[in-house]
Amino acid sequence: MPQIEVNGKNYETDEEGYLINLAEWNMDVAKYIATTENLTMTDNHWEVINFLREYYDEYQIAPAVRVLTKAIGKKFGAEKGNSQYLYELFPYGPGKQACKVAGLPKPTGCI
Amino acid sequence: MAAEIKAPAYRQFSIAPAIQPGSMADTKTFVANEKIQEAIGFPPALVDDWHDRAIAKMGELLSKYRSFKVYMDACVHCGACSDKCHYFIGTADPKNMPVARQDLMRSVYRRYFTIPGKLFPKLVGARDLTREVLDEWYNYFHQCSECRRCSVFCPYGIDTAEITMAAREILNSIGYGQKYSNEIIGKVHKIGNNLGLPGPALTDTLEGLEEDVKEATGIDVRFPIDVKGAEVLLITPSADFFAEPHIDSLIGYAKVFHAAGISWTLSSKASEAGNFGMFIGNYQQLREIAMRVREAALDLGVKRVVVGECGHAWRVAYSFWNTLTGVGSGAADPYAMQLQKQLDHRYKQPMHICEVTWDLIERKVIRLDKEANDKHIITYHDSCNVARGSGMGDVFGGQFDIPRNIIRAAANNYVEMAEGTTREQTFCCGGGGGLLTDDLLDLRVKGALPRMEALHNVTETHGVNFMATICAICKAQFTKVLPYYGFDRRTVGGVHQLVSNAIRLGDK
Repeated sequence: MPQIEVNGKNYETDEEGYLINLAEWNMDVAKYIATTENLTMTDNHWEVINFLREYYDEYQIAPAVRVLTKAIGKKFGAEKGNSQYLYELFPYGPGKQACKVAGLPKPTGCI
Repeated sequence: MAAEIKAPAYRQFSIAPAIQPGSMADTKTFVANEKIQEAIGFPPALVDDWHDRAIAKMGELLSKYRSFKVYMDACVHCGACSDKCHYFIGTADPKNMPVARQDLMRSVYRRYFTIPGKLFPKLVGARDLTREVLDEWYNYFHQCSECRRCSVFCPYGIDTAEITMAAREILNSIGYGQKYSNEIIGKVHKIGNNLGLPGPALTDTLEGLEEDVKEATGIDVRFPIDVKGAEVLLITPSADFFAEPHIDSLIGYAKVFHAAGISWTLSSKASEAGNFGMFIGNYQQLREIAMRVREAALDLGVKRVVVGECGHAWRVAYSFWNTLTGVGSGAADPYAMQLQKQLDHRYKQPMHICEVTWDLIERKVIRLDKEANDKHIITYHDSCNVARGSGMGDVFGGQFDIPRNIIRAAANNYVEMAEGTTREQTFCCGGGGGLLTDDLLDLRVKGALPRMEALHNVTETHGVNFMATICAICKAQFTKVLPYYGFDRRTVGGVHQLVSNAIRLGDK
């Protein structure tokens, strides 16, 4: 298993750098994963990441893109409630890249 | 993943590229780990006696599938297929020529299953199955999307897809499976769909869609799930619940059923149309995945089974569901016969959502306002499994004409892409057959080249800004690769996305 090292501690990831153990996630790990994705974390990023983790806690899956945009729009302002905004934050696609930073498993399938 | 992924330059003339031997030799999709393999009953890792077991498996497939044996024997190396594969066109690796891909297996077949190959291997191009050959199989049989375009041009009708399926079946049987496909198959069995979307999340998503549509149209359009006694069971790819632009087509299906007054339901048990059992050439997986549809149809007591916008699912449904599950006629077990009695045979079973919609348009049960799509200048991408593995309607070529008829009924501006890139000669999106995975993105970008060239052409000449299609893989693949070619990712969308924009809901 590949590993990443953050603050002297090792964390297991899969081949693509997704964290294996969801419970090990913390903000430093998220920041580290973000750098590997060439992302600089801002408050806007954290809003999305925190929502993803809350949703995952309840449903054991990341939210659909539409559910995510709607929730972010409701919580943080209508100007943030669209997929273009999320793509600007997570250019590789909010579904996968944001999940990776949030320490969630990668969504699979025809997406 | 490669450091930087770049789209190849458009070719000035659509000619075969100058070959670059070995350019894709190191492109290797992630191998499934032990957990993934074991979850679906395959050996956890490459077995010690892989050589003997692989040859034995090949022998078994040769005796079981007559077509496979014919394909091994019949090729005369005429070269008609050589420049027909999108992966060869995009990568220039000669082993991505269909004939060369077939020969990876044919050379081994000759060595172990033909007398000249057993006696004089060098003279007839026969090779031992070495570890190097096995790795070459793994890499190059995961650079074929099983799109079957090459078979259209083969004078003998050799179907490379079937050879790729056989190769993957052999590889899986010795513990050398692909992560992407096999992980997904595991999720279908465990959770019910490729995404791993559990029932409560699905329900939450559908409720959200009802709110959205109400907000946008003022109409209560329902997205029912697990409703017993509904007339129609809709089987659709789970990406339709999750991804963009897929979800816009799901909204389109719901609006069609609403406007036509047809009661319908989704199923939490069969919340996936896709069937990756076909991609790995494994009959048992193909059947088990398909069987969920029959169970859901029996549980819910529906009269019709309708399939959403999913390319290979429609091939499986159209060509195999009948004998696999008894949706359609052919299977003889008691449950299949029970289902046959239950289904309403005034309708085709199963039916594609495009067949349903087109029939309703023709009978003027639903009405469309074309102006709603005036911002779009639309072209249509035929998805490979629909185009070359299925049919629609009662007329030959219906799978080409019915989706186009719907688009023309829903919009004013429609343009065809160049002949030779559409209908039965359509190019694969570059992500089909189990290759829609991030670790193959470089291959996917390159494989999209011929379709992107054809699209570029109509954007230049006709201002096309929307490419409609009816496959979840095509939608996801294009969303990802369009930007590499300078297009907006939202250039791709579903046929029912256009229907959704145009359909009249209020005045019924």
